Amino acid sequence: MKSIKNHLSLVIALVSILFSVQVLLISERSISAYKEKLAHDYSLVVVAQKKLNYSDIMKENSIIATITQLSPDNVIARLHTGMSAKNVALLKLTLPKFYNIKLKYYPSSSEIKILTKKLLRKPFITKVENFSNTHDLTYKLLLLFKKVITIFSVSMLIVTMLLIFKELKIWQFKHNERMNIMGLFGAPLWMRSAILFRLSIVDAIIASFVSFILFTLIASDDWIHEQFDSIGITVKIFDPFSDLMILTALAIVVSIVLSLLIILGHKEEV
Amino acid sequence: MDKVIIADNLSLAYSDDETIINKVKFSIDSGSFVFITGASGSGKSTLLKSLYGALNPQEGSLVVGGVELKGVSNAKLNFLRKHIGIVFQDYKLVKEWTIEKNIMLPLLINGYEKGVTQNQVDSLLKHVRLKHQAGKYPQELSGGEQQRVAMARALSHNPILILADEPTGNLDDYSAELIWNLLVGANEQLKTTVIVVTHHIPETIKVDYKHYHIEFGRINEVN
Repeated sequence: MKSIKNHLSLVIALVSILFSVQVLLISERSISAYKEKLAHDYSLVVVAQKKLNYSDIMKENSIIATITQLSPDNVIARLHTGMSAKNVALLKLTLPKFYNIKLKYYPSSSEIKILTKKLLRKPFITKVENFSNTHDLTYKLLLLFKKVITIFSVSMLIVTMLLIFKELKIWQFKHNERMNIMGLFGAPLWMRSAILFRLSIVDAIIASFVSFILFTLIASDDWIHEQFDSIGITVKIFDPFSDLMILTALAIVVSIVLSLLIILGHKEEV
Repeated sequence: MDKVIIADNLSLAYSDDETIINKVKFSIDSGSFVFITGASGSGKSTLLKSLYGALNPQEGSLVVGGVELKGVSNAKLNFLRKHIGIVFQDYKLVKEWTIEKNIMLPLLINGYEKGVTQNQVDSLLKHVRLKHQAGKYPQELSGGEQQRVAMARALSHNPILILADEPTGNLDDYSAELIWNLLVGANEQLKTTVIVVTHHIPETIKVDYKHYHIEFGRINEVN
C-alpha cells in the first residue's frame, strides 16, 4: 500500500503528460490525413489559348502533382443545337483549352495566391480558377481545429507540469532526508541517487504501460473510427510500436529530469 | 597508543561572526571510551558534527581516522564515514525502509555480500531484542525501539569509531540500559572507540572512560 502510494503521484502526472502528447500526435495525424484528402479533392482549373507545356509548368511550380487537359466534348454537347460535324470540329479548334491542375498537398491561401499569379504570368494562360473562397473557409476551419487541439493539449501539459513542480517539493523533502542519512554512512552520490532514478524509471515504465492500455482501448473503439470515416479519412490512433516507443522515451526523459532537479536541489544537512 | 582523533588549534563556527569552539587542542586514543559533556548550547553537538565531517573546521586542523577534515574531498569523507557509526538523538532512520533494511544500510554501502549482510543483521536484531519487529517500519516502533535500531545500524559494519549524540536522551530505562551495554560491549570486545556527547554520565556505567567538558568554547579534560 505504502509503495503504491509512493508511485501513484508521479504515475498519474506522467500519464497525463503522455495523454496530452498522444492527443497532439493524433490531431497532427488527423490534420495531415485530412489535408491529403483535401489535396486529393482540390484542383484548379486553368484556361489557356494554347496547349500547355506540362513539364515547364511543373518545373516552375513544384507544388503541382498532375496537369490534365479537360475534354471540351461535354461543353460542346450542351451547345450542340443542330450544328454540323464540320462546325463542331471548327468550334473545337477555336475553343480555349481547359486544364485541371492537381496539387501534391493541400496549400495555404498564400501558396494558392502565388501559384495563381505565377500561372497568370504565362502569356497564353487567360484565366485561373482557384475556388479560393471555398478553399479559404476549409483551410481556416482546419487551422482552427488544429489550434483548439493544440491549446487544449498544451494547457493540459502546463497544468500537469505545475502539479509536478508542486509535488517536486514534497519528493525533494522525502528524498533529501534519505539521501542525507545515506550520506552520513558514506554512500557516494550515485548510490544516494540510484534509488531515486530507479523509482522514477519504474514509474515511467508504469505510466507508459497505463497509456498503452488506455490508447489501445481508445483505438479499438468503433465509434471513433466511424467519426473519422464520416469525414473520409483513416487515422492511426495508436501505433503499439512507434507510439509506445515515443511515450516510453518521453516518460523516462521527464522522470530523469525530475530526478536530476531533486538531486541538484539536494542540500547536505549541517 | 594510536590516536583516532587529533584536533589542533581547532575552531568551529556556523557563521564567520560566531565561533562555537575556539582554538581547542585535544587527541583521543584508539579504543578509548570518551564522554563529552557541557551545558545546552556549549558546542558539544557541534564538535560531534565536525568529527563526522558535517561541519568543516573554521580554523586549525582536525584529523579523524587519519583523514584531515579541513577542506576534505567528498570521496575522502565518504571513505571515512564508511568506518564510522553514528547514533543521533532523533535516530535518523529512513522512514520508508523496514528496520531490517535500515540496519543493513552501512553494510550495503560497504559492499558486503548478501549472505554476510543478512547474518549480521539477524545477529544485531537479536542483540537489540527486535528480531520479531524486523519487517516493521520505524514509525511503527516506540522511541526506545527506534534508538535500538539506530544503535544496531551504527554497529553493523564494525566501525573503528562510534559517535553518539545524546543516545539515551529520551529513552525508557530498559532501552537506555541496552544502549549503554551495547556501547560498552563494542568498546570492550571490538576495541571500537566510542565518543558520547551527553548532559549526564550515567552513574551505573561500568567502563573506563575519559571525560571532556566543553565550556565557553574550550574543551577541558575532567579526569
